[in-house]
Amino acid sequence: MPVFNFTLNKKKTSLEAEGDTPLLWALRDELDLVGTKFGCGVGQCGACTVHINGTATRSCLTPLSAIDGMEITTIEGLSEDGTHPVQEAWAELDVPQCGYCQAGQIMTASAFLKENPNPSGEEIREAMHGNICRCASYNRIEKAVALAATKNA
Amino acid sequence: MTTKITFNRRNFIRTSSLASGGMLVGFNFFTACKDNAKPPVDLAQLDYNDFNAFIKIADNGKVTIFSPNPEIGQGVKTAMPMIIAEELDVPWEDVHVAQGKLDTQNYQRQVAGGSQSIRFGWDALRQTGATTKQMLIQAAAAKWGVDPSSCTASEGKITNANGDVLGYGDVVKEAAQLEVPEDVSLKDPKDYKIIGQGKRNVDLKEIVTGKPLYGLDYKTEGMLHACVVRPPAFGKTLDSFDDTAARAITGVVDVVQIEDKIAVLAKSTWAAMKGKRAVVAQWTTPKNLESTTDHDRILSDILDGDDFEVRREDGDVKKAFAEADEVVERTYESPFLPHACMEPMNFYADVRSDKVHLVGPIQTPAGTAGRVAEMLGRKEEEIELEMTRMGGGFGRRLYGNFVMEAAAISGKVGKPVKMVCSREDDMEMGIFRMAIKYRIAASLKDGKITGYHLKEAAVNSNMYGLIPHFFPAGCIPNYKVSTQSHKSPITTGAWRAPYTNFLAYAEQSFFDELAAKLGQDPVQLRIDLLQNVKGTEDENIQYSGERMEGVIKLAAEKANWGNPKEGVYQGFAAYYSHNTHVAEVAEIELEKGLPVVKKVIVAVDCGIVINPSGAKNQIEGGVIDGIGHAMYGDFSFDAGRPNQMNFDTYRLIRMKETPIVETHFVENTLSPTGLGEPALPPAGGAVANAIMAATGQRLFKQPFGPQIKGVTQELIG
Repeated sequence: MPVFNFTLNKKKTSLEAEGDTPLLWALRDELDLVGTKFGCGVGQCGACTVHINGTATRSCLTPLSAIDGMEITTIEGLSEDGTHPVQEAWAELDVPQCGYCQAGQIMTASAFLKENPNPSGEEIREAMHGNICRCASYNRIEKAVALAATKNA
Repeated sequence: MTTKITFNRRNFIRTSSLASGGMLVGFNFFTACKDNAKPPVDLAQLDYNDFNAFIKIADNGKVTIFSPNPEIGQGVKTAMPMIIAEELDVPWEDVHVAQGKLDTQNYQRQVAGGSQSIRFGWDALRQTGATTKQMLIQAAAAKWGVDPSSCTASEGKITNANGDVLGYGDVVKEAAQLEVPEDVSLKDPKDYKIIGQGKRNVDLKEIVTGKPLYGLDYKTEGMLHACVVRPPAFGKTLDSFDDTAARAITGVVDVVQIEDKIAVLAKSTWAAMKGKRAVVAQWTTPKNLESTTDHDRILSDILDGDDFEVRREDGDVKKAFAEADEVVERTYESPFLPHACMEPMNFYADVRSDKVHLVGPIQTPAGTAGRVAEMLGRKEEEIELEMTRMGGGFGRRLYGNFVMEAAAISGKVGKPVKMVCSREDDMEMGIFRMAIKYRIAASLKDGKITGYHLKEAAVNSNMYGLIPHFFPAGCIPNYKVSTQSHKSPITTGAWRAPYTNFLAYAEQSFFDELAAKLGQDPVQLRIDLLQNVKGTEDENIQYSGERMEGVIKLAAEKANWGNPKEGVYQGFAAYYSHNTHVAEVAEIELEKGLPVVKKVIVAVDCGIVINPSGAKNQIEGGVIDGIGHAMYGDFSFDAGRPNQMNFDTYRLIRMKETPIVETHFVENTLSPTGLGEPALPPAGGAVANAIMAATGQRLFKQPFGPQIKGVTQELIG
């Protein structure tokens, strides 16, 4: 089996696995990082969102063969102890219900705010449209992204 | 002032000392409340059972509350311990909340469903907290040699008349030896320090940092991952299969047949998924596989026929209809719906000779453990089931068919196994909200509604419990509810606010039309009708005319009903379900000529609001969930097979379609009722009525989206 080298949450990582293995399952099964969630497997729900070279990416559709040499950040590596402004905003507004989709929501929001630190309400709604929350905690997600923007996310 | 209650606490509270130091209080709170709270639904059907919990007070004073109920996102893991902590009188910051484990020896049964956790738990949780506090006071008083009545307890400390102070932790050893007192005082609601304060989700930090919490996150050393090939259509059975290609895939360890299914076991989830795809199976195909077009015809035929079970009948509907100035009759249609929990069904099972270890997300742990025991021919006490946090439930995880699968696979291969569904598997093996049609007829005479007949035709099962006695039962003198079902091989079951999730839309839309026919304001029409049910002695009618009128007036006031801003169109609906009264005003604006839901103003009467933060989250979610499914939820079958298998074809509401939800609670000190479901049923009706106000189009079928005039395929997705 081939070996893939990449940077995962700031650590150099090598993994021997089949090249078609989606990053999602490599993270969850091989690298013990289960914060990245499986929702649909077809890039439709956003639960598996991670940052690849800083860009919010669906890890369920990203095979290991495509990430050699890249920098990957998962929810576990977003901050040392949950102190990223987006995580803090999420906590402050008590966003989650079941909570399952929230890691993906947070990863989408944090990459978005890095690109657009002062978004309009419409831009927030547009940016978060790709992430499904089945509990429909959308009102609070929207507010939390706006709050995080004021915290210099 | 405090409320004195008489209660036989010995029946449901037990205390013991802990070897590690400290005191353990165990209680069975279904025993505690069965005298004053009758479950409003068919218990056997939904597996409502009793509940249990523990409080641990360590000798350093720290309190751990083992929340007894499965957490599916409805917030009980936070709200239920808040009630205990209030009466125990400890600082919320010193309380640690853990998920109770299912231990069939000591706990009896736990379940999440029907928005009943808080309602059933209210008395028992308060009494347990207060009883424990009383025992701690007695222990401290004995140490001091003073009368317990001269001592007070607050914030985790006991104080006597001399000003001496002992922490709870200082007296736990002695308190654990005391008899459980028979009479304790409960707090007056005005003295609450925790209840009524917004407390954040107790798992918040773990959720936002991605810690392992859910069933899918669970793993053990040497565990195998299993994916299952299931019959591709309801009614098909397994004929034969070839697993050669599957076994050739790197990581695949074994392929086994379990009844009509084939399980592929592998060292990783991905290998199991690939192996599953490589299995070549042949299926036997019976002639009568059902399609949505069949259900459409069959349900219409039921409504056109006269073979019904009468579920409630008041007065003489036939006579009222014969004497009417006008009879209005409408038919409302809804599709099947999957639950589509974000966390697909999964479960861990380790079937060993000495015990069976099960771990995962299940709303009915005890019932499911019992069924696994029966399937495996094991004793119930050999089954150890641990609940994880759940990535959504909505009714789906009441049904443990996926637990049975995991246990059967582990039993067959003799190894620990985590069975995981792909999204497509999850859709395919669903226990769906059944397709239903309602036909409602009303007779109008002299400006009044004189008769009302509701007919329900549903796939597999009909409305349960007291639903036939919900509004407008008791408001209209001649009233009848009739039901009939069609038995189908497609599996169906409870889906968030069973039956009322669609019935409320049908009726609330119908009343909107009746109000228009009568030339009356729809809000006033409902208030006028409700006067007739006030003071009813009919025990089946459990909604309150007063409380319903209260929420209707509050929603109308907060929304400035009847005087919307220019360009805003309002629609009204009110509904009682799961013991909670809710009224909603939906506000729509036209964008490029199409109706867009911008805001929903909600008034809720759920008695005392335990945790306003969690409560509002449930209301916001329930309303948006209701709108999403009413607008977009469409799920159909072709020859027994679902046409929608993933979120590319099955549409859920997303951020840009989401209105702002504004929630108002009726303030009172009545016992609390649940919130997981009641905000959902009125949402579809309020939106349908607002669409009518905005566009003049009445909608008789869900989902609304594709039917709205001027909508293009691009817009509906």
